Amino acid sequence: MIEIHNIQKTFGDKKVLDGVSGVFEAGKTNLLLGASGTGKSVLLKCIVGLIKPDVGSVTFDGTYFTNSKLDIKQEIRRKIGMLFQGSALFDSMTVEQNVEFPLKMLTDMNKSERMDRVNFCLQRVGLENANKKMPAEISGGMKKRVGIARAIAPNCTYLFCDEPNSGLDPQTSLKIDELILEITQEYNITTIIVTHDMNSVIEIGDKIMFLFEGKKLWEGTRDEILDTDVKELNEFIFSNRLMRDAKKVEDNSSM
Amino acid sequence: MLQQFGKYILFMSSLFFRGESPRILFNRTIDEAILIGINSIVIVAIVSTFIGAVTCVQVSYNLTSALIPRSTIGFMVREMTILELAPTITSIVLAGKVGSSIAGGLGTMQITEQVDALEVMGINSASYLVLPKVIASLFVFPMLVIIAMFLSIAGGYVAGTLSGEITAVQYITGIRGDFVPYNILFALIKSVVFAFLISSISSFRGYYTSGGALEVGAASTSAVTTSVIAVLIADFILAQVLL
Repeated sequence: MIEIHNIQKTFGDKKVLDGVSGVFEAGKTNLLLGASGTGKSVLLKCIVGLIKPDVGSVTFDGTYFTNSKLDIKQEIRRKIGMLFQGSALFDSMTVEQNVEFPLKMLTDMNKSERMDRVNFCLQRVGLENANKKMPAEISGGMKKRVGIARAIAPNCTYLFCDEPNSGLDPQTSLKIDELILEITQEYNITTIIVTHDMNSVIEIGDKIMFLFEGKKLWEGTRDEILDTDVKELNEFIFSNRLMRDAKKVEDNSSM
Repeated sequence: MLQQFGKYILFMSSLFFRGESPRILFNRTIDEAILIGINSIVIVAIVSTFIGAVTCVQVSYNLTSALIPRSTIGFMVREMTILELAPTITSIVLAGKVGSSIAGGLGTMQITEQVDALEVMGINSASYLVLPKVIASLFVFPMLVIIAMFLSIAGGYVAGTLSGEITAVQYITGIRGDFVPYNILFALIKSVVFAFLISSISSFRGYYTSGGALEVGAASTSAVTTSVIAVLIADFILAQVLL
């Protein structure tokens, strides 16, 4: 479980995060939802420690993280897996080496144990035959899968995904969403996903936090989100014609 | 500028905290040494051979007095090569080749979040990525400078003898006369200092790249220009202090 309390961050004159608090539970896919520029990615980076918040705290399973000593931070970071928006695979390494990398750096496994784990993780994300390919040789969807395999390779406790569907077609997006959901439930991982994709919300949003201009405006489940009376959230959801039509159908059928 | 210098000092000190295990550092250093060394040998060989050849021809052109023995040409080629041309010109060439490659590589890693990926794993990205490049440069640059010295003197020999400016015996007599071994040490000290400046400045420029492809290009350009200026300033200071 990850708890954040009163996270505030300002860049220059712009207040990007304004007192965001919340709890992200283990075994659930927690979504940070909002339009572009609302501070979702900054909040995610504050949680993992890539950006230091001006005010506020983050705790991982009760262990204080934000301003803690380096060794405590290191200990927590070794339990974190992260899927970046552009996958952030190491260009100079093969798929196999990318997945092996955290095992090589963070564990005492020998080569054969590492390769077993690499093959298991690649199989888990459906990439059995891509071991020797370079990142430049695989598609965007495959890169995301490799990114997930790399994130889960060292048995992470916390999984962070920064817009896992960006640049993917709807079908591949759905597969990536399903994969993240399966992995979260299978390994009881605390997963936080930054997204502005309503399909992801409907498909995998166990718990959703809606951000607007750096503030948390709404929190709830995917079953509650379509019935919210928060104006900004409604504008965000129903900016999409498909969602508006779906709402009309639902309203008509309930009358 | 003072702020940038302070940032550079902090960056360099960060290389030594939370470092990786000696085994990983050793392996990474060997990889970098191969990249920096092997990939630079051809350009260093071409540049140094022609520099030696041109030096020989131009010295010969300027030595018109019959009172000065022709072997002086060989002596001057050797002295200029060892004291200045091999370490400094080789370093300037390497600032262009290695410096831009380091800055471009790190800059690309930065903008594609590969550096963030390392940090999230709890790895000191500066130490992991930069320290091996700096250590590898400290070992490889002097080797390249020694190769450059040899080829430059050989280039002078070939150019001088083929053009008929000097005989083989005169040239060899010249390069063997009044040899001061300390000059070799001086050249190697210079190459180590230049290696540190080029690798660290280029890494600093690349590591702090933000934005997109345009900024990566700007970081590479800045790395080369800053490194070359630093090399020339250090060249003057070292000559004043050590000679």
